[in-house]
Amino acid sequence: MDFQFDDVQQQIDQMTRDFATKEVRPLAAELDEHKRYPADLVARMAELGLLGMMVPEEWGGSGLDTVSYAIAMENISWGCASTGVIMSVNNSLYCDPVVKNATDAQKEKWLRPYAVGEKLGCFGLTEPTSGSDAQNMSCRAEKKEGGGWILRGSKNWITNGPQADAIVLFATTQPGGGSKSSTAFIIPNDTKGYIREANDSKLGIRASHSCTISLDECELSDEHMLGTVGQGFKIAMATLDGGRIGIAAQALGIARAAYEAALEYSQERKSFGVVISKHQAIQFKLADMATQIEAARLLVYRAAYLKDKGVRNSRESAMAKVYASEVANRVATQAIQIFGGYGYSTEYPVERHFRDAKITEIYEGTSEIQRIVIAANVLKGGVFGALGL
Amino acid sequence: MEFELSEEHNLIRETARRIAEAELLPRAAQTDKEGLFPREQMKLLAENGFLTMLVPEEFGGTNAGSVGYSLALTEIARACGSTAVTMAVTNMVADAINAFGNDEQKQKWIPKIANGEMSCAAFSLSEPGSGSDAASLKATAVRDGDDYIINGEKCWVTSGDQAGLILVMAKTDTSQRSSGISTFLVEPSTPGFSVGRHEEKMGLRGSSTVSLSFQDARVPATNRLGPEGIGFKIAMRALDGGRIGIASQALGIHQSCLENSRKYSLDRKQFSKPLANFQAIQFKIADMATAYDASRMLILKAATRKDAGLPFTQDASMAKLFATEAANQAALEAIQIHGGYGYTDEFPVERHLRDVRVTTIYEGTSEIQRLVIAREALGHGK
Repeated sequence: MDFQFDDVQQQIDQMTRDFATKEVRPLAAELDEHKRYPADLVARMAELGLLGMMVPEEWGGSGLDTVSYAIAMENISWGCASTGVIMSVNNSLYCDPVVKNATDAQKEKWLRPYAVGEKLGCFGLTEPTSGSDAQNMSCRAEKKEGGGWILRGSKNWITNGPQADAIVLFATTQPGGGSKSSTAFIIPNDTKGYIREANDSKLGIRASHSCTISLDECELSDEHMLGTVGQGFKIAMATLDGGRIGIAAQALGIARAAYEAALEYSQERKSFGVVISKHQAIQFKLADMATQIEAARLLVYRAAYLKDKGVRNSRESAMAKVYASEVANRVATQAIQIFGGYGYSTEYPVERHFRDAKITEIYEGTSEIQRIVIAANVLKGGVFGALGL
Repeated sequence: MEFELSEEHNLIRETARRIAEAELLPRAAQTDKEGLFPREQMKLLAENGFLTMLVPEEFGGTNAGSVGYSLALTEIARACGSTAVTMAVTNMVADAINAFGNDEQKQKWIPKIANGEMSCAAFSLSEPGSGSDAASLKATAVRDGDDYIINGEKCWVTSGDQAGLILVMAKTDTSQRSSGISTFLVEPSTPGFSVGRHEEKMGLRGSSTVSLSFQDARVPATNRLGPEGIGFKIAMRALDGGRIGIASQALGIHQSCLENSRKYSLDRKQFSKPLANFQAIQFKIADMATAYDASRMLILKAATRKDAGLPFTQDASMAKLFATEAANQAALEAIQIHGGYGYTDEFPVERHLRDVRVTTIYEGTSEIQRLVIAREALGHGK
């Protein structure tokens, strides 16, 4: 047991804290208000090596571990949760499955430019009528005579969809459902029949854009297939295990931002002749927020550590995600309470944190799905996880 | 970041588990039901070096560190909460003597705690009118030649009637609050010392809880631990470490609740399928398991920092607050999963709920932990 960062993790922490404090955070309120996509910040993240953090250096990435990624995700999301999710989608949902499943020729085309941050990726699993029940997709990929594929259907809530240069997309290759019924494809945005609908209008993370993607007789050559036929669901699930750590870290960043804002405000605002931090009612809220954030952080780092060790971490990643995302929501709710009426106005950042936090309980596996994953692991495998603790 | 246990820590944990499963668990229900002090169990713990785990070997300790201690205590508590608290307080006293005692005191007392000669040790701070507000205690110790004369009433003393040695906080300067408190090592044979009321408790019924009375009790000055006036500091340091202990105790009970709930939900059928197949039950299991893991991480972090000589006050408070609240919740949910059976003594979860209830109260209530955490967060703890 050693709860300290190693040298590299320490450097990443410092670098991303600086970047988040000086460049990201000052823009967050305005980006949210105008639903403005932070193109400049994305370019800066590319320069800093934050868009392909875990991609091996030979493919243009930073070759860092998952703990470093979690540290960076927390810090960037602390500055701006929308910027955090843009980063996480390119790292966890696009680059990760490509690193693990693409051929070298595919990587040259569809990994390197994305890992260095010249281009941006996205991920298409969800459909209008298929969310948590991801085996039940209606998007179809049909094999053409003489090679290649035709794709039809639509995908929605595609984060980075409006900006992305390519998507890792899942389609049914064997109607009837089941875990071997789907296949993954990489589709560049200039493919004929690949249509990006209007941007979604969302409660929070408003500077990150998402949209529905329609596939209208979208023709692809075989080189666009990622992995093998029927491997799609497996690729999607493995991707989401890693993605959960990123979203859990995003939630942690939102929680920390809300907590720090409340902590600061409680030492300035006076009521009944004293600063409100002198009231036990406020102290107790702060104590619970700090404790829960610490617990969430340890669960996130542990899941990241296991992933780095190459140990199966579905249980731990699910715990990190469900706990951190629910903590972010509780902390944001309490932060608004500490601010009182001011917390409800856009004058202070906590109302944005509150709106941003909500999505973390929903995307990349809802809290309900995480609980099913955890319970299945405990019921099948016993109460202890990979570390035997 | 490194989340794996060392070989040494694993060994300590396995040893504790073996003893707990073979010797403690089979007697736990009876210990509870009949309110039997776990004398035999304590003997076994002494034989295995579990009573002085925070003390270096040169003074008769096993030097397991706070991490090793937490792992062992969790295993013991998983089997028997009463034995666990008796063990926790004994270790806390040995640790305090080691930290603040002179060599003579260490050599005189610690080996007797270690080898089981005195069965257990006790810690006496609370008074009828002084709980969380410990600095307001009223017991006095007045210097008289080579002795101190102690007068006062103490309560909620775990093992106070069983212990071979009691660490007593009393005021040597009544004009002061915390800085007027000193600590004394009191033997039960001391004239003027007597054991009062035995508390009938809801849980931890095998652990003895008594009030103590000091009427002109004469204690040699050589039994004063550290200089005059640092008693409050000794008590607070002991409680900081003690919090890791109580958090570990709660964790062990939490674990047993989770294990029993898992087993029961796989065995028990309703609507022609196991309870485990219902999401209503799965979600309870998921939440119990997640909170269990989070508690474990918080405890191990606090213990790791303590072992490394780093500040750990806030970490220990977070660990205690979180782990004890989570364990209470887990015990309630475990009974809910067991249904009517959970409300009877046919399953251990009924005992667990009663045992775990006190963990949010003693060695610093949850409310005190929140004050400590907030104080540190607001920058007033430095």
